[in-house]
Amino acid sequence: MTKIGVITFPGSLDDGDVQRAVRVAGAEPVPLWHAATTIGEVDAVVVPGGFSYGDYLRCGAIARFAPIMADVVHHAGDGLPVLGICNGFQILCETHLLPGVLTRNESLHYVCRDQALTVERTDTAWTNEYETGDRIVIPVKHGEGRYVADDATLDWLEGEGLVVVRYADGNPNGSFRDIAGISNEAGNVVGLMPHPEHAVEDLTGTPGTDGLRFFTSALQSLVG
Amino acid sequence: MTLDTVAAAQASPDTAQPFAELGLKADEYQRIREILGRRPTSSELAMYSVMWSEHCSYKSSKVHLRQFGEKAPPSDALLVGIGENAGVVDIGEGWAVTFKVESHNHPSYVEPYQGAATGVGGIVRDIISMGARPLAVMDPLRFGAPDHPDTKRVLPGVVAGIGGYGNCLGLPNIGGEVVFDDCYQGNPLVNALCVGAMKHEDIHLASAKGVGNKVILYGARTGGDGIGGVSVLASETFDETGPAKRPSVQVGDPFMEKLLIECTLEVLGAGLVEGIQDLGGAGISCATSELASNGDGGMHVWLDRVPLRDATLSPEEILMSESQERMCAVVTPAHVDDFLRICRKWDVEAVVIGEVTDTGSLTIDWHGEQIVAVPPRTVAHEGPVYERPSARPAGLDDLQANDASRLPRPATPDDLARTVRDVVAAPNVADKAWITDQYDRYVRGNTVLAQPEDSGMIRVDERTGRGVAIATDCNSRFARLDPYAGAQLAFAEAYRNVATTGAVPLAVTNCLNFGSPEDPEVMWQFAEAVRGLADACQQAGTPVTGGNVSFYNSTGDVAIHPTPVVGVLGVIEDVAARTPQAWHTDGEAIYLLGDTHDELSGSEWAHVIHGHLGGRPPRVDLHRERVLAEVLVAGSRDGMLSAAHDVSDGGVAVALVEMALRADVGARLWVPDGLDPFVFLFSESAGRAVVVVPRSEEQRFTAMCAARALPAQRIGVVDSGLGDDAGRPSQQVLVLALPGGEQITWPLADLREAHGRTLPGLFG
Repeated sequence: MTKIGVITFPGSLDDGDVQRAVRVAGAEPVPLWHAATTIGEVDAVVVPGGFSYGDYLRCGAIARFAPIMADVVHHAGDGLPVLGICNGFQILCETHLLPGVLTRNESLHYVCRDQALTVERTDTAWTNEYETGDRIVIPVKHGEGRYVADDATLDWLEGEGLVVVRYADGNPNGSFRDIAGISNEAGNVVGLMPHPEHAVEDLTGTPGTDGLRFFTSALQSLVG
Repeated sequence: MTLDTVAAAQASPDTAQPFAELGLKADEYQRIREILGRRPTSSELAMYSVMWSEHCSYKSSKVHLRQFGEKAPPSDALLVGIGENAGVVDIGEGWAVTFKVESHNHPSYVEPYQGAATGVGGIVRDIISMGARPLAVMDPLRFGAPDHPDTKRVLPGVVAGIGGYGNCLGLPNIGGEVVFDDCYQGNPLVNALCVGAMKHEDIHLASAKGVGNKVILYGARTGGDGIGGVSVLASETFDETGPAKRPSVQVGDPFMEKLLIECTLEVLGAGLVEGIQDLGGAGISCATSELASNGDGGMHVWLDRVPLRDATLSPEEILMSESQERMCAVVTPAHVDDFLRICRKWDVEAVVIGEVTDTGSLTIDWHGEQIVAVPPRTVAHEGPVYERPSARPAGLDDLQANDASRLPRPATPDDLARTVRDVVAAPNVADKAWITDQYDRYVRGNTVLAQPEDSGMIRVDERTGRGVAIATDCNSRFARLDPYAGAQLAFAEAYRNVATTGAVPLAVTNCLNFGSPEDPEVMWQFAEAVRGLADACQQAGTPVTGGNVSFYNSTGDVAIHPTPVVGVLGVIEDVAARTPQAWHTDGEAIYLLGDTHDELSGSEWAHVIHGHLGGRPPRVDLHRERVLAEVLVAGSRDGMLSAAHDVSDGGVAVALVEMALRADVGARLWVPDGLDPFVFLFSESAGRAVVVVPRSEEQRFTAMCAARALPAQRIGVVDSGLGDDAGRPSQQVLVLALPGGEQITWPLADLREAHGRTLPGLFG
């Protein structure tokens, strides 16, 4: 069975939810501890949401120095599928696996709401089960999710088609160009602020299962 | 300053001591001297002063609170009753659930962000100290006038504090209340509820048993924050002349609390803990004296071992500090190393500060000198008890005589239409998303229902779908008009809200917010409210498992309305059967269950339209509430209901508008025969709910209601296609047919605008 590692930092909150989503998708979740120096035998890694190390310095700024992150960065260079959600996206930006930075929401308030997104890039390890242009609804819940980069970087991201998901029907945090999630050029590393793991069963989280295909995509890319 | 040791106290009996500044009365101080047979040391005086404060000792409320135990109905569900950190309820399949609500009113007024944040932190530690994993939090909040400048200071701070702490802790916030009333201007109420779950065998209690066992203090370091929080802040009335009390508010660190949760659950799961207690109000004084007096009766503590944030703290300050995110555990010597290892894994500082003894005495040393030697029960459990004088408020007869029947009522269809819009837009009724969208309601992935649903619902067992539902309620205007009935109505509403979502009500917690107990009229309100709630719980068959009293919610000599917030917990066998608030499907029938009387006194309509408070609250019929709950639960379980909403603030009008707005689907409605349209729309008669029944289930459902003598009136049909009839193509509308043949049409877009813009307009 495909094994997907889920990192737990002190202060990680959605690690259990990602493990559940991985199970629902039909893979085996493998808990990874931040202090470990290797990711071990896993086929993909998810860096989940939360407030790693309290996010006291700057979101993700301490977590990037966690022992396990060096191994994640190393394997990401070899094509390991890596997904960063919310705080995980912030951490991937801090490690420079992805460009840009997430800053305080424009409203200055934390926001938790069901959010419509447009899927734009579907040849990544985490979105290949979506169709380009799909509209999905999954929740956002963050205080610092405003994607910021300089114009050259934004132009490059859009020019290369590296914007994976964009906010539709209203931008919840003031992200530049409504960017909700991006990938690296190879498409194995994806980071996004919204939480697909909270939209994988009808009963809980955002109604519907629009988020599930992030996880089944990883299976697909590993099998395929 | 020289150290005041037990020896020094014996040698200097006549030293004057600042007992009054610490909040103790002269006779209370005298009693301490009698207990000890000498004057207390300054450390002992500090301990007694915080533990004998109103907040910790319940000295004014104890004689009344006994009724919750005495009148408790027989219940198989109660595993741990009143007196522990939180009550524990059996929900079946080996699962136990614990829940409790506490006040953090005074700190939240002084420093809204930290006051509210640490309120969340404190109640969560109560739940983990029972051995439970916290599942969710809720926050019943009450503020002064929405447009008052100070409300603009307090409310955003409180909301940011609850969100800042709870979101970082990783607990979903699934509901609560937000109420505005002038009476809370100088005394906002910030109550915090937490619910947790565990297997029966994992229940832990706060006791220090086993001579030689070690007492471990773990978590955050002890600092100078919150010294005297319970005695200075929570047990005294605010006045304008007093000094600023900000230093008495604690400062929270949610990241440390998250580590503390995970660390505590791991040491409990590994079987390393004999007894456990959280450190909240009264800090180390409370934890050591309670653990000792619940156990073998003796404990010795080396106070100088306590890790400090500020090395200059005196032993008295260390004993009184309310620094947050600390816990105390009793561990056998053989398990100490494993305990400390798990703490290190989570980067949690842990130190052995004492051990259990059989001396019957709590002794505390400071660098080798004894500074405390007290019988622990006299600190923790045998504080003063007062039977305070009470008197029916002088103006109550006049207040009750001035009822709402003399208020002008809307007469024309246009007046009615406008009144519905005005009530829907009123701050107490308006959409609370501006607040609740600042809370994470999804984390942990088990949230089935959250605000604005009638109750918050959490899945406890992923395999079977077993879950719990919780609602908190209190209409304090009703309690002001009649505290006995008001407390019962608060209970009835929470009970009904739980049943509305399909859960069987099982147990009750409460947070009793009142003015000064030294005011006989407040004491009368308190006594009446407790009597009303205890009687209601007895009749409904749901025991009180715990609660909290917050007195001194007064500014000058003006008290808040009596505000007995009641939380009801229910169980649902499979959360997939839950009944949501929204209607969706065209053709499904809308029924009003229960009896509607002309009951407008204390109503939202009287409050919003006329600024009026007078008369008597709606009548209470707990038998009817039980029958209604049975029907709602059976309807949910057997698939007879597709939506339901309780009728309370703002009456049927508000219930129908909220159900329509939830999924943006319109309906065709009519006024039942014999009912005045205004009374139909705005009466707040208790014991009612609006339900939606699929066509195929109507016969079965109405037969069930008839068999139980529960009135069920068909008042409408879900219809998403009315916009065109009303000349408003592609719009969702509510259409109400009036008895005279006229009709009122409300576009949902207009109602949404009215409902949704109020809070952002005030605070955005």
